[in-house]
Amino acid sequence: MLGKDLRILARSRLLVGVLVVYPIAVALLIGLAISRAPSKPKVAVLNLSPPGASVELGGRRVDVGHYYSGLFSQVQVVPVATRAQAVAAVESGRVLAAIVIPANIATRLSSVTSQAQIEVIYNGEALEQSFVHSTIEAALAQANLELSDQIRGLAATVIGDLVKGGSLGVPGAPQNLPGLRRIPGIVHGVLRHEPPGAQRTALSQVAEFAEFAAQNLGISGRVLQTVSRPIAVRSTLLRGRRTPLDAYAVVVAVSISLMFVCVLLAAGGIALEREEHTLSRLLRRGPASAAGSGHARGRRGVGRPLVSRELLLAEKLLLAAGCSLVLALAMLAGIGAFVGLEWSRAALWLLALAAGALAFGALGIAIGALAREVRAASLLAFLLSLPLAFLALVPAGAVAGGLYDVIRVISLVFPYKAALQALDAAVNRSSPGLAISLVHLLALTVLFGGLARLGLRRVE
Amino acid sequence: MGEPLLAARGIAKRYGAREALRGVDVEVHVGELVAIIGPNGAGKTTLLSILAGVQPPSAGTLTLATGGSAGIGWVPQQSALYSRLTVAENLELFVHLEGASDPHDAVQSMLAQTGLGERAGERVERLSGGNRQRVNIALGLLSDPAVLVLDEPSSSLDPRQRERLWQFILGLSERGRCVLFSTHNVSEAERYADRVLVLADGELIFSGSPVELARAAGADPAAFAQADPAAPSAGAGEASPRGRLDFEGAFVEFLRERGH
Repeated sequence: MLGKDLRILARSRLLVGVLVVYPIAVALLIGLAISRAPSKPKVAVLNLSPPGASVELGGRRVDVGHYYSGLFSQVQVVPVATRAQAVAAVESGRVLAAIVIPANIATRLSSVTSQAQIEVIYNGEALEQSFVHSTIEAALAQANLELSDQIRGLAATVIGDLVKGGSLGVPGAPQNLPGLRRIPGIVHGVLRHEPPGAQRTALSQVAEFAEFAAQNLGISGRVLQTVSRPIAVRSTLLRGRRTPLDAYAVVVAVSISLMFVCVLLAAGGIALEREEHTLSRLLRRGPASAAGSGHARGRRGVGRPLVSRELLLAEKLLLAAGCSLVLALAMLAGIGAFVGLEWSRAALWLLALAAGALAFGALGIAIGALAREVRAASLLAFLLSLPLAFLALVPAGAVAGGLYDVIRVISLVFPYKAALQALDAAVNRSSPGLAISLVHLLALTVLFGGLARLGLRRVE
Repeated sequence: MGEPLLAARGIAKRYGAREALRGVDVEVHVGELVAIIGPNGAGKTTLLSILAGVQPPSAGTLTLATGGSAGIGWVPQQSALYSRLTVAENLELFVHLEGASDPHDAVQSMLAQTGLGERAGERVERLSGGNRQRVNIALGLLSDPAVLVLDEPSSSLDPRQRERLWQFILGLSERGRCVLFSTHNVSEAERYADRVLVLADGELIFSGSPVELARAAGADPAAFAQADPAAPSAGAGEASPRGRLDFEGAFVEFLRERGH
């Protein structure tokens, strides 16, 4: 039966073509997308501020160019000369968005009464809006932080000069200031020669104030640091290890391909037997013999089918699982040429893919046993696989609690989430561990295998 | 007539609340050519598929007196073949599944019997309807069965292919094979069957020769006696038209009298 199915598969040129081309194409696409994707989105920038514009703070200047460098480090800059060019670049899709820096940005930044503003131009498509918002806002937040750090550094320098003494650098300010720390010593030197009285008391108060001010301004640097960055992030990873996004994307792509190919092949294999009407020939049992059994030509006993239902289902499952396993391994190896994967864990990849393929194959034969023809089986397989993949990728907290519980149950009773977790554990050492996912997949294989057996009870 | 080769007693089949067959008794003897006729939905295919072992009956017993040869060959109405395999590959597959002692000999023998030797390497999907049905029958004969059960074997064939098919089936019968077939074409039952079973609404309402059926319906038996069942024909209505028309009329009258 396996040889027959392989022969039929080999003669289905379109299907074989898809099975060969699909992993190569997907591996190339994903590999190129991950390895050569522009990490920074293209953004048109119209800078209307004069060259060398600077912000003056406490008599010192901060080059606005520092602000731009913070902003531009997050994006790939495409310079434009006019606002119209910026709009055209966004409309044509040449750039994701455009940023217009006004001529008065330095003046606004210098003032303490009004906020500096820049203009962001982008298209109205929902996904793009979301991406532009998050990207540009993240870039702005980073740039603001860098500017804030510069201003904080400047303020700390000025305060340090006040405490330690020296030149403030402010036009008109006195040079070689003694500094707050030295004032108490100077005053106490004067007090030694001062007779008791109101003058001595007043000088003592000046010395105490200078000492107090020096001590407290000494910690101003830390205070300013806290004010500029009030919240610092300390990450705690509860399970597994950090999974790089590109490695996770590889796992998602391979597991989805494994599911589609395996479910479709298994469902189609069983449905084809029904469509060709060969199922009745394979599974029929002759009547009870009154005078023993045995054929003149055949050795099969009367009352026994040519192939048992269990054997037929197992054969279709193994064929689909084998083909999809080879395809998924080829994909993983192909993508591995672009993305750094731990080849030393290849045996675990194989284990995870094999368990996933068995579970998907069992789901496929269950679908095939219910469907009456190949087209219906294929459609059913697609209709089931797509939402399964989508639901498995919904993160906790992204939807209402009740709905997420429903999604968890669906992910529990269908094999995609378990296969994804198994492959992620095998490739990226993520959690839950590989063993739990493998047990889950084997349990689902038994469950769907049983359902397929029930579905095959009625032959015609 | 002696002991029947195949005996079915009290066969019933239920699909939920619907009764497809009710207490049907069928006996088939060695060398007999038995036709099952009846209106649409009478239960012909259900009965044949139960006799062939495709589905179990809800009630009743089936007994096959095997003797030297054994088993029942099944030829479903729609050809049960792998269309992307060649004729020989289909035969080889089922010969292996049957566990034949000499698979090569079995395939060659069947190709010779069915006259498909020249088409052995051709894919089934490229065969004509008639040749496809011959392969379908060849698969039914692979295990050298004592009884061959055919469900409407000529329904999708043109008159020429139909005639060739019946010549082949008559040849099997002449060589001692027991053949049981269903048909919509009453004239085929008249021409080829030794015995006719009439099913209606899941019940067996008549079992006898074509002449006896005509007599039961009040038709002139002499008309049937004059008609030569073996006369070659290009199709219904061309040979012995009087006898065939009488038989059709008798069959319809027979069913009408019984309220079908």
